[in-house]
Amino acid sequence: MTVSVQETDFDCGAEIAALSAGDDEAGAVASFVGLVRGGEILAMTLEHYPGMTEKALQEIVDQASQRWELRRARVIHRVGRLAPGDKIVFVGVSSRHRGDAFAACEFIMDYLKTQAPFWKKEETPSGGRWVDARESDEDAARRWSGGS
Amino acid sequence: MSVNVFYFAGLREALGRSAESVDLPVGVTTAGGLRDWLAGQHEAIRMAKNLRVAINQKMVGLDAAVVDGDEVAFFPPVTGG
Repeated sequence: MTVSVQETDFDCGAEIAALSAGDDEAGAVASFVGLVRGGEILAMTLEHYPGMTEKALQEIVDQASQRWELRRARVIHRVGRLAPGDKIVFVGVSSRHRGDAFAACEFIMDYLKTQAPFWKKEETPSGGRWVDARESDEDAARRWSGGS
Repeated sequence: MSVNVFYFAGLREALGRSAESVDLPVGVTTAGGLRDWLAGQHEAIRMAKNLRVAINQKMVGLDAAVVDGDEVAFFPPVTGG
């Protein structure tokens, strides 16, 4: 299973171990974990588009697999209500060499940020507010289509 | 000709609904055309900025064709990760 959308938490150590378990061709594993930032946020609720979300994530992983030589890839994205410090997203990839793993991991996150149908609503002391999309996220995704 | 329209996130809240079945008016053949027609029905769509659209669960541009039976979703720019 490459892609999961779930309410439950995940175990980063187990996920990272699984990326290379039994595969002695894997020479590198890169991973990213996104967390709920605190500050004035009491909690956030993640909404998604069931059905499309899983397809969009798989499509992003497939694109990464076409660009880089990957052994395995894993994407987990949580939905529902999360508190500061909670994990939101895990992206992990394994490859023969580190360059492919680093690049593919960052590519998957950058595309996930702009292509996967998730929306965050923050709870603050003054009420709820939907998070606005950031132009810098669009820029981050666009740089991969330049010819890098 | 009818399509199933879904709304998400802030747009869903502003509309007070998450889905509706829409009989496509004559002349509405694209996602953008459908958005413009829906904007005439719902102020929340009229007021929404930068709406994104997916047809049959794939993100598309506003010039994408809409045909009978399609699942069409409108939503704000995504903010996951």
